[in-house]
Amino acid sequence: MAGPILEVENLSVDIPVPAGLLHPVQEVDFRVERGRTLAIVGESGCGKSLTSLALMNLLPPRARRTAGRLALDGEDLLGLSEREMSNLRGNRMSMIFQEPMTSLNPAYTVGDQLVEAERRHRRTSASQARDRATWLLEKVGMIGAQGRLRQYPHQLSGGLRQRVMIAMALMCEPDLVIADEPTTALDVTIQAQILHLLSDLQREFSTGLILITHDLGVVARLCDRVAVMYAGQIVEEGTARQIFRTPAHPYTRGLLDCIPIPGKTRRGEHLGTIAGIVPSLVGAMRGCHFADRCPHAEETCRSAPVAFRDGVETGHRYRCILAPDHGPDANGERNRANGRTNPE
Amino acid sequence: MNGPPLVEAREVSCTFTVSGGFMKRKRTLQAVNRVSLRIERGEVMALVGESGCGKTTLAKMMMGLIAPSEGSIEIDGRPLSSLDRMEVARSVQPIFQDPYSSLNPRRSIGSIVTQPLRVQRDPDPGTWKRRAQEMMELVGLPRRLFNQYPGQLSGGQRQRVAIARALVNRPRMVICDEPTSALDVSVQSQILNLMQDLRAELGLTYLLISHNLAAVEHMASRVAVMYLGRIVEEADTASLFDSPRHPYSQALLESVLTPDPTLGIPDTHLGVSYPDPLDVPPGCSFHPRCAKAMPDCAQRMPRRTELPDGAGVACHLHAGTHAARSAPPEGNRTARAQDG
Repeated sequence: MAGPILEVENLSVDIPVPAGLLHPVQEVDFRVERGRTLAIVGESGCGKSLTSLALMNLLPPRARRTAGRLALDGEDLLGLSEREMSNLRGNRMSMIFQEPMTSLNPAYTVGDQLVEAERRHRRTSASQARDRATWLLEKVGMIGAQGRLRQYPHQLSGGLRQRVMIAMALMCEPDLVIADEPTTALDVTIQAQILHLLSDLQREFSTGLILITHDLGVVARLCDRVAVMYAGQIVEEGTARQIFRTPAHPYTRGLLDCIPIPGKTRRGEHLGTIAGIVPSLVGAMRGCHFADRCPHAEETCRSAPVAFRDGVETGHRYRCILAPDHGPDANGERNRANGRTNPE
Repeated sequence: MNGPPLVEAREVSCTFTVSGGFMKRKRTLQAVNRVSLRIERGEVMALVGESGCGKTTLAKMMMGLIAPSEGSIEIDGRPLSSLDRMEVARSVQPIFQDPYSSLNPRRSIGSIVTQPLRVQRDPDPGTWKRRAQEMMELVGLPRRLFNQYPGQLSGGQRQRVAIARALVNRPRMVICDEPTSALDVSVQSQILNLMQDLRAELGLTYLLISHNLAAVEHMASRVAVMYLGRIVEEADTASLFDSPRHPYSQALLESVLTPDPTLGIPDTHLGVSYPDPLDVPPGCSFHPRCAKAMPDCAQRMPRRTELPDGAGVACHLHAGTHAARSAPPEGNRTARAQDG
């Protein structure tokens, strides 16, 4: 079996802003295995989307990317020119965005856009590309694929547009697909179908998938591994079972307490909350980024960087000073009474 | 139950005329189709369904923002059509989804929260500031934000401002249209907690419109499931989530992804796309997507059947067993509708 399809070591993004240097992504490392799914989960501003743009080298012009290693299927991406990179994008690594209406060109038919994705990278005839587009549209569950090729994006519903986006991402049989909130704009019924489709196709084509989302339900159901990001850093990483059954980082635990779970939370009861606000990521930061909101924070948390610790099981790591089995604090220390005092 | 329901919709419909395109005839879109719904005092009624099913249109009719094409709505036993806008606004107030677009960025928080008092020509301007600040405190906003602007606030704080503005006139019902879907997970739970507290403290009634079925299960006392302009099932929350009767409710609830890593992605067998609301299928409008459809479903529209536990279901599968309790025959109603 070959090595991981994507290796990321020590990836950071810095953006100069008037107030100083913003560090939206800091020392991120992870790997994605062939045919497997990694979820990057976190709240807005945690750096999950910038991480994915950094992988594709699609960062805004002023942003600076640094990394120890960034390799697709063993091939280094850091040394590639913009031209070489753009030959990879849409070809060996592709992206699915959240809002299919804004990421499809309204002035071209679905067929034109699908065919372009392939003919940009491969020497295929227009009719071959068209055949593949039809085949893929059928694969993504669109009835009457032939006719759909002649339609414009506005003639399709949101779910169908997202299917077109998925078909487009798969046109060149990529090694890696990055899906940034692929189902957030869709209804729950359509969401289930699209996720079903994604995981089927990914298994069939043995594609590596990075799923960027804030939806913990999607993460738990779809992903093999999960990286939880907070304020620019990965704070915990493990298998979906480890993250949802034995979360170790206080932020992960807090996040899981915030969502109502049938059978676990009682109707009408207060949900958990996380007091405080996300720290500013401008300028240098020494200790744990979560320290100001953490019920367990000690002096050492604020004074020195916190290194990763291993969880009880292998393949589970988290960035905290607490022992992995520091007890099921989550239920005891839920910030329940806090519905009204302003925690922001 | 004492007294009339707080809001009662009787057979309300709402149709829009949609341009079919250049030189094509206009078509009618039936956004809400003969919907009846009672909202009792103090209850949290949730409306769920896919986008385009008419949830928001129904809510807008209850706020008096759209007049129903047919049927009537009563607030507190008085027909809504007889009340003027000010009166309706005093009893029913909305909270919208996106606190970034629902607050005027050029007005201070204080001016936003006192606006309803100004609009209602509240007789006591001397008390406006104090009352607005009390309301801000009640929703968890520090008084010092009074002179600040929405741009200086976080998403959660903005939603609190929207809630304070809705409540400053002490309405009896608040219509919450996706109140948390634009917010982060950790902020969502704060807003849901706040809504629970305010309901208990101020004796509010909520109409909650949400895609987040986990939040609906957590907040609501009763749930109405809408599909293509109709209510296909209405039941107490526990009974709906434990044993949904209508095949659509079943599919909808199955597609909820609870964060359980041992389960996979559910297969809802719901077909590829949502049907075109301009071209509603005949008979039961859900039959083309229904796994349990029978030949009859394409012919006759199922009428609502009241079940012994207080639930109501519009599905042929449930029509036979409780025929004696069901509503008047469909034929009459259709005939009446066509006359009108």
